[in-house]
Amino acid sequence: MSFVLVQVIVGGLLLGAVYALFSSGLTLVWGMMNIVNFAHGDFVMLGMYVAYVVYTLMGAGPILGAPLATLVLATVGVVVYFALIRGIMKGPMLAQILGTFGLALLLRYSVFWWFGANFLSMPQDIVGGTYAFAGLRLEASRLLAGVVALLVTLGLHLLLTRTSLGSKMLAVAEDQTAAQLMGIRPDTMQAIAWAIAAGATGLAGALIANFFYIVPTVGETLSIVAFVTVSLGGFGSVPGALVAGLLIGVIESLSGYLIGAIYKDIIVYILFLFFLWFRPQGLMGKS
Amino acid sequence: MRRLIWLSVVAAVAIAYPLLLSSPFQQRLGALVLLYAIAASAWNIVGGYAGQVSVGHVVFFGCGAYAAMGSYAKFGLSPLFGIPGGIVLAVGLAAIIGVPTLRLSGHYFSMATIAVAETMRLIVTNTDWLGAAVGLSGPAVPRNVFDLSFLSSLPYYYLFLVILAITLFITWWMTNSRMGFYLRAIKDSERAARSLGAPASRTKLYAYMLSAALTSVAGALYAMMFGFVDPESGLGILISVKILIMAALGGAGLLFGPLVGAAILVPLEEISNSWLGGKGAGLTFVVYGAIIVLIARFQPGGLLSLFTRRRKPASETGASHAP
Repeated sequence: MSFVLVQVIVGGLLLGAVYALFSSGLTLVWGMMNIVNFAHGDFVMLGMYVAYVVYTLMGAGPILGAPLATLVLATVGVVVYFALIRGIMKGPMLAQILGTFGLALLLRYSVFWWFGANFLSMPQDIVGGTYAFAGLRLEASRLLAGVVALLVTLGLHLLLTRTSLGSKMLAVAEDQTAAQLMGIRPDTMQAIAWAIAAGATGLAGALIANFFYIVPTVGETLSIVAFVTVSLGGFGSVPGALVAGLLIGVIESLSGYLIGAIYKDIIVYILFLFFLWFRPQGLMGKS
Repeated sequence: MRRLIWLSVVAAVAIAYPLLLSSPFQQRLGALVLLYAIAASAWNIVGGYAGQVSVGHVVFFGCGAYAAMGSYAKFGLSPLFGIPGGIVLAVGLAAIIGVPTLRLSGHYFSMATIAVAETMRLIVTNTDWLGAAVGLSGPAVPRNVFDLSFLSSLPYYYLFLVILAITLFITWWMTNSRMGFYLRAIKDSERAARSLGAPASRTKLYAYMLSAALTSVAGALYAMMFGFVDPESGLGILISVKILIMAALGGAGLLFGPLVGAAILVPLEEISNSWLGGKGAGLTFVVYGAIIVLIARFQPGGLLSLFTRRRKPASETGASHAP
């Protein structure tokens, strides 16, 4: 295998880890509440803009930008849960789709209105330059994003499976009434899930802002990436999202390199339709 | 009887509007309201009555727009040929898209339609023959009435009014036919409908194809009125969004819901665009987003359901099925 190809695959894995990170938020909320957040990609977009604002105001890189973006988005998540999601969760499906779709438009075009439609970008060397080992050249910003995303995704998995908070959240996902009888407050757990899910998107956004183009409509593409990841990885499963995210990162990078950059999105969309075709009941297997 | 009186009033207002409010801006506004009302009413057949929330209807809108403008720009053919071409294209595509996607339930159908629409947009954006990102525009030849290309908005207004009336009539006729009853049963509970012997898949597919055909007519008319089509105006996801928001705001699954939604949102968009200039587009969609969130949260059946609720309690799906 040529070095270029290895380079492309490694690049895909690093980006895929970030996909896994923000998709794990979507899969968590989806699994717990059966709500599909159509604004999920726009949350990532907000994270990118928070990082950008932190940079322009204070000249700070991801050391400050990433925690701040995580915090801001976690807050957004809780607000969205109490102001919108709680009200539409048990409502008709049209209202569920409209609610989060409307939220996506609201966020996307508020940013558009404020920052304009221009592509923004962070300086190339905000995280450091480029490393070379064994013939591979890796940008520090991509390496940082990939490694941090991988660690946080694994951390999320541990949080859900090894802590009492995680067990409570899974209990609510399993059976809300039963959980309530055990003294767990579903409302609190669901709000925490939204904080975690949105916080993860904020972190992911801040991490990719260092090398991705920043534009108000980027969330649309990222939402679809998250849908594909969750469909492939299995609904509600964080480890599934991790594997699927990495795979999609690699597929995207390879098709971008082998077929052409404009076709990589098409490949992802077709892949998505292909997965749905084989799991028509939705991915949880019940109709 | 009461309904007949209301219908006559609405019809009289619609016919008199461009004669009473006759500035070019007002006439254009009226024509646009009707155009979007056609598209939203077409969406309503599958999104409102069948409860399948398609976010990819712009694909059919684009079929009409590209077929009409393409045959006009490439071959100098009148849109009177292009429009039927667009309908055939849209219905064929609806069958191809509908068979796999209509099996999906709820959110998954919506997500799949987004992916289809975005795929189409990306493909057309990279197809030189269809004008790629620049799009297609009509030839600069002397035009006649068969080109459906008029200087004033008045002829468009009445053309759209006739087509809206036809669309609403088809919708009304469908809701009172066997198909309409099947669709309502499917919307309430697809499993129950199936177990009672309703051919769910086939009925949904027919509704989807009918909806696609009417949406493509709206797309063709749009392209004729503006004289051009590009991937954003013909296949952009925002067109889908506008269409579905208009239907949902007025009342999805109600005959006049889409018209009410269009009559509120189109003036809102046009006026905010003309006041705010280039920056207005962003703000317009902020307002759109806020409106949708508020409807979803507080009035999921749409505005018209405020009036129909008294007669009939809102079902679990949020929208009652009158009239």
